[in-house]
Amino acid sequence: MAGQSNHELSLFSAEELEFIAEDEIVDIVPNLKMDPLCLISGDFGPFTPQIVTQVPLWLAIALRRRGKCSIVPPQWMTVDKLTEVLEAERNSQEMSEHLPFHYVEISRLLFDHARDNIPDAYMFISLVKVRSLIEDIRDVRFHKVETDLEAFDGRTFAVKIKNLSAMEVNIVRPFIGRALQAFYKHDSSDLIPDPERVSDRRPQVAHNAPRRQLRR
Amino acid sequence: MGSRSAEGEQSSLADDYDALISTTDVELLKRAWRNEKAAPEILRFESDLINRVKGQIELMEETVEEKLSVGSDPLSVSLYQMDLDRTLFLLRSYLRIRILKIEKYMFHIRKTQELWNRLSRDEKLFTERCTDDLKEHLESSVLSKLPENYQSYERQSVISEEDDMVPEPRLDTFVLCRSKEYLTGIQLEDGPVDDRSKLFEMEPDVLYFICYKSIKPLVESGKIDLL
Repeated sequence: MAGQSNHELSLFSAEELEFIAEDEIVDIVPNLKMDPLCLISGDFGPFTPQIVTQVPLWLAIALRRRGKCSIVPPQWMTVDKLTEVLEAERNSQEMSEHLPFHYVEISRLLFDHARDNIPDAYMFISLVKVRSLIEDIRDVRFHKVETDLEAFDGRTFAVKIKNLSAMEVNIVRPFIGRALQAFYKHDSSDLIPDPERVSDRRPQVAHNAPRRQLRR
Repeated sequence: MGSRSAEGEQSSLADDYDALISTTDVELLKRAWRNEKAAPEILRFESDLINRVKGQIELMEETVEEKLSVGSDPLSVSLYQMDLDRTLFLLRSYLRIRILKIEKYMFHIRKTQELWNRLSRDEKLFTERCTDDLKEHLESSVLSKLPENYQSYERQSVISEEDDMVPEPRLDTFVLCRSKEYLTGIQLEDGPVDDRSKLFEMEPDVLYFICYKSIKPLVESGKIDLL
């Protein structure tokens, strides 16, 4: 039902994340002629055979499933680019900024629905390779997130996250929320503050100021 | 969306106005939906936005009916229908989340003017009926049978200092948020300011986990989005 995803797990269900990602714009090559569509979400088209057009992902998939277009894979979804990204992820503690926010959802949708996007004039994709690269990237990134989370302590009162993707954020959100909550609750004015102590700085956990003493 | 970016480029007015005219109602609704989902308390009802979206939905429903009866290309009709379904989902989910929050905190909302003002007219009717029914049910099934000092549905007993039987939303939960512009001067944690308190700042388009209480006014003014 529309309003009732399980609050215990994560704020958004996987389907809802997909729904949000489906509004992203992609390029398609239609093979039909159609008048412009004046939808509530915007105006798209007109559609002419062999002319590249921009549409939201859900529309692209709907057309693809009826065999009316082929989807141009996004810039970042080639074997070369993804290999670069994987190397960068492995070599640095920072998150790569070359992956779009919804890369997990977009790649999943394209794998499921545009699988037989044949090598054409624009790009050649070795689908299996791309898929395994993306899974490796996901693993490396998630491992980095886990190690960064270990840096939490009583000094953390806000967390800065750079370049994390929607799916990753949704997974760690309940944990981070409850962890910060617990620190907030337990690390209150009963403890004697130590203003000189500055904790470890990791790229993704920001301690912007020495912690103040809370006064009741 | 081709037409949208063209509009944005042609406008020579301030950035805010640019953003306003090049954002569709669906985008605004999606934003309101996300904010409502993430916020621990109920937010202001976007009555203008909802009315506009309802109008567009009705118009689209008529258009689809017309196209069906005229016998247009079934492909384009089904695409219009998909778009309609997506918008309806957002609208329904938005309204349902609000009702969920109302049901959870109905007594608190009823007696807090600031929160009461955030409801739509229909929601106010709903809350009144809910609180009346629940109060009556509690009184007739349990409270009237308790000893005299314990019969209030709002307080544990006559000697309680405040309404401790009324659940309130926890405003100090941590939420994920993002700002579109560079924001400074955010005071973290309420409470007395001493001279060691630094003001927090937020870079645009970077995600932060912050205590909801600290950014409440910024969410209301639209400067920060919750995710």
